[in-house]
Amino acid sequence: MNVAAPPRPLAAKDYASDQEVRWCPGCGDYAILKAVQRTLAEVQAAPEKTVFVSGIGCAARFPYYLATYGFHTIHGRAPAIATGLKLARPELDVWIVSGDGDALSIGGNHLLHLLRRNIDVQFLLFNNEIYGLTKGQYSPTSRSGTRSPSTPLGSVEAPVSATAFALGAGARFVARSIDTQQKRLAEVLKRAHAHRGASFVEILQNCIVYNDNVFGHVTDRDVAEEAQIHVAHGEPLIFGKARDKGLRLRPGSVDLDVVRLGEGGVGETDLLVHDETSRPLAGLLAAMEPPTLPVALGVLYCDPAESYETAVHRQLAEAQADGRRRDLGALLRRGHTWQVPG
Amino acid sequence: MEGSTALKSAGQPRQRLDSAVVRFAGDSGDGMQLTGSQFTLTTALAGNDLATFPDFPAEIRAPVGTTFGVSAFQINFGARDIKTSGDTLDVLVAMNPAALKVNLDDVKPGGLIIADLGNFIEKNLRKAGYDDNPLEDDSLAAFRLLKADISRLTLEAVKDQELSKKEGLRCKNMWALGLVYWMFDRDRRATVDWLAAKFAKRPALAKANIAALDAGHAFGETAELPADVRTYVVPPAQLAPGLYRNVTGSEALAWGLVAGAQFAELDLVFCSYPITPASQVLHLLAGLKDYGVTTFQAEDEIAAVCAAIGASYGGTIGVTSSSGPGIALKSEALGLAITAELPLVVINSQRAGPSTGMPTKTEQSDLYQALFGRNADSPLAVLAARSPADCFETAIEALRLATKYMTPVILLSDGYIANAAEPWAIPDIEAWLRFPVRLHGEAEGFQPFARDPVTLARPWAVPGTPGLEHRIGGLEKADRSGEVSYDPSNHQRMTHLRADKIARIADDIPAQSVEQGETGGRLALVGWGSTYGPISRAVGGLRGQGIDVSHIHLRHLWPLPRNLGELLGGFDRILVPEMNSGQLRTLLRSEYLLPAEGLNKVSGRPFRISEIEQAILGTLEEKA
Repeated sequence: MNVAAPPRPLAAKDYASDQEVRWCPGCGDYAILKAVQRTLAEVQAAPEKTVFVSGIGCAARFPYYLATYGFHTIHGRAPAIATGLKLARPELDVWIVSGDGDALSIGGNHLLHLLRRNIDVQFLLFNNEIYGLTKGQYSPTSRSGTRSPSTPLGSVEAPVSATAFALGAGARFVARSIDTQQKRLAEVLKRAHAHRGASFVEILQNCIVYNDNVFGHVTDRDVAEEAQIHVAHGEPLIFGKARDKGLRLRPGSVDLDVVRLGEGGVGETDLLVHDETSRPLAGLLAAMEPPTLPVALGVLYCDPAESYETAVHRQLAEAQADGRRRDLGALLRRGHTWQVPG
Repeated sequence: MEGSTALKSAGQPRQRLDSAVVRFAGDSGDGMQLTGSQFTLTTALAGNDLATFPDFPAEIRAPVGTTFGVSAFQINFGARDIKTSGDTLDVLVAMNPAALKVNLDDVKPGGLIIADLGNFIEKNLRKAGYDDNPLEDDSLAAFRLLKADISRLTLEAVKDQELSKKEGLRCKNMWALGLVYWMFDRDRRATVDWLAAKFAKRPALAKANIAALDAGHAFGETAELPADVRTYVVPPAQLAPGLYRNVTGSEALAWGLVAGAQFAELDLVFCSYPITPASQVLHLLAGLKDYGVTTFQAEDEIAAVCAAIGASYGGTIGVTSSSGPGIALKSEALGLAITAELPLVVINSQRAGPSTGMPTKTEQSDLYQALFGRNADSPLAVLAARSPADCFETAIEALRLATKYMTPVILLSDGYIANAAEPWAIPDIEAWLRFPVRLHGEAEGFQPFARDPVTLARPWAVPGTPGLEHRIGGLEKADRSGEVSYDPSNHQRMTHLRADKIARIADDIPAQSVEQGETGGRLALVGWGSTYGPISRAVGGLRGQGIDVSHIHLRHLWPLPRNLGELLGGFDRILVPEMNSGQLRTLLRSEYLLPAEGLNKVSGRPFRISEIEQAILGTLEEKA
């Protein structure tokens, strides 16, 4: 009698499809793809139960490169399609891959409602602050003054903050990471995957062709440690190369200040401790930006609640209390009827 | 009993009528739609055939007493087959001057007008644009007039119930209904039961409404009415034996979707965004969770169709429903469903347009949109329901085609069909042909865009199935493998395959038959959608007079039935009555190079039988 060998655990490369990856050389998407494949292996995601849904843009090619189910849909609509899919098949593990234009411009409305309803998906927003696939126009996250083919004199629009948007929409899981930080990104993705409900992850992603080094003031080696803070639940908000800086509330206000540990009698106990269940704190962290404050990375907010499709299916199950569907014939005979004799 | 009633009323026995048309008209807050529905129910229970026409403003509570705030409910009922809501009115109930003003043109000469005297006061007359009170001059001399102070009589009838004056006056629609029940010798029991159930939590309101209903009825029996106010009896119609109910188009559509999903052995996921006049389908299905129906009120029209596509991708049947402006928003996503080759049913309850148009008024002007309203070569199947009850079968057919051919199907209904009601012989569900869907499960040799040799449908391979992991999307796909392809000859082939797949549906639908008349001759009327009723009546009536005219009605608008061109070729003239400017006419001309002519009406109201009769006679008189 043959005894079936226990299945070999899947490795990151087992999640790669046979398609040749076609992003520009040096694109941040390669690193994100690698981190996602690594995450899938770490959680041993079942390929047949995993679905990547995308809209349009460079990021939206993502599903083609994974050996799971994938649906490359239309611009901005991935959240709506994923919503229908989760309504139909709540047991599926659904990831949405999107960019700043797809998620916050043409698809902003759908993202708002995906987060508000709390559909159980992972939503990855690759933010490179530019339209790549259409050759370099400014995007809704581009900073004011961005010069692009459609704004030759500089953009006069104010940008939207992806994480502030997500929190405003009522997201229950909001995180931020950077394409090149492989280990940290995979950790954030794992947390997002474990969270039941909509998990929103902004990934700062470098477009080497149209917006190279747009995050240089955050990611360049010489500034990174002073310009980034990696938050962890229950840990004081400390950062800096020498781990000598911290965040605390400015007395008499609701703004954050950077303080130096040991200066003016400031000790670790004076600092804010990260509480990822605190929405007000998440709002403060999401809004931080250099040069006055570091960019907050990691899980800014996580406070789970029942997901939409779970509630919908609970109502459906309750309506079919005996576990059976009502008879269609009974439906048609419901209400007033009369017999015409033969 | 009946004899004594008749004797008391006018000293005459009840006059026997073959059919009658009654319209209740009042302010949009007067409860005319409820009144009409109750009269409809009672009429159906009395065994008449019937058709209704609810006609109401878009404003929920328009300013009181204005002409644009008039809400009306019309019912045509009879001892014979009824196919339209009726051309002209035998009885108009006018609850105020505006209701009289708006509806007077439709009352037939000698028809009866019942007017609430208490509302024909200076202020209301002015709002309706009357300089003089029409109840007091001779402007209504061509009609019979029954004036009653319905408002005052209602307040008297309900005075024991300690209601506010406002609440008491709200019962006046039941008073008017009671009077019309008396006039047509109707049993009040169903309405009494309905009121008791509706106001179960406020017994005083139930009692007051029932008291008003009884008072209106008693008024007919006891008051001295003008000698020309007759009472009537409309005997039961000769309907085929069976169990009957009344059904609106929205109900039949909702139930047809539930039935179709069951026949396909699929779960139904209905995704919609509220829009007049389509919302009722969403409301009805939201109440059917015990039948396993999932409904989703999306954030917009685009999300609704996309969620339905997502649901179909997941192996349930996704359905979305809207009206023309909403369908316009869905068109990009329809292209995705076409190229991804996923089943989808899209319902369009058409309304008068363009743009917002007249949301509560009917039209059938979205045929071009359904057939052609997408970018690129993007064929899909198009069906149309012809009557409220027909929505049931058409919805099932839409699901059958969508799942069998892996394609979006557009089902055209309209505002008239959605709201109108008719008696329906409840079908035997057990006898219906099932079409169980087989989701693909075989991993060996799986190719997402391989095709069934007969239908050209691709396999429905859904996430969750081991071994079938694959990627699809809006980019052009290589034939069979489904991988992204920019190969010129592949795009040529895929474009052809998508069109051919839809064209092959023509092999799977009935050959076009003739509703009435010969399969060739001097003139054929070709219709689709809700013009079925008036065309059918007009052709039937004229054929009874020996006139050579045939009626052809299309359910399948794309692809068209295989034999349609040949059939139409057997007629000297082809006349296409449509509530648009000639959309089917254009299609028939372009498909068959036939000189089809149009009879076109876009007033927001259905055709009258007489309009079609005149067009037939006019066409036949012309030298061909």
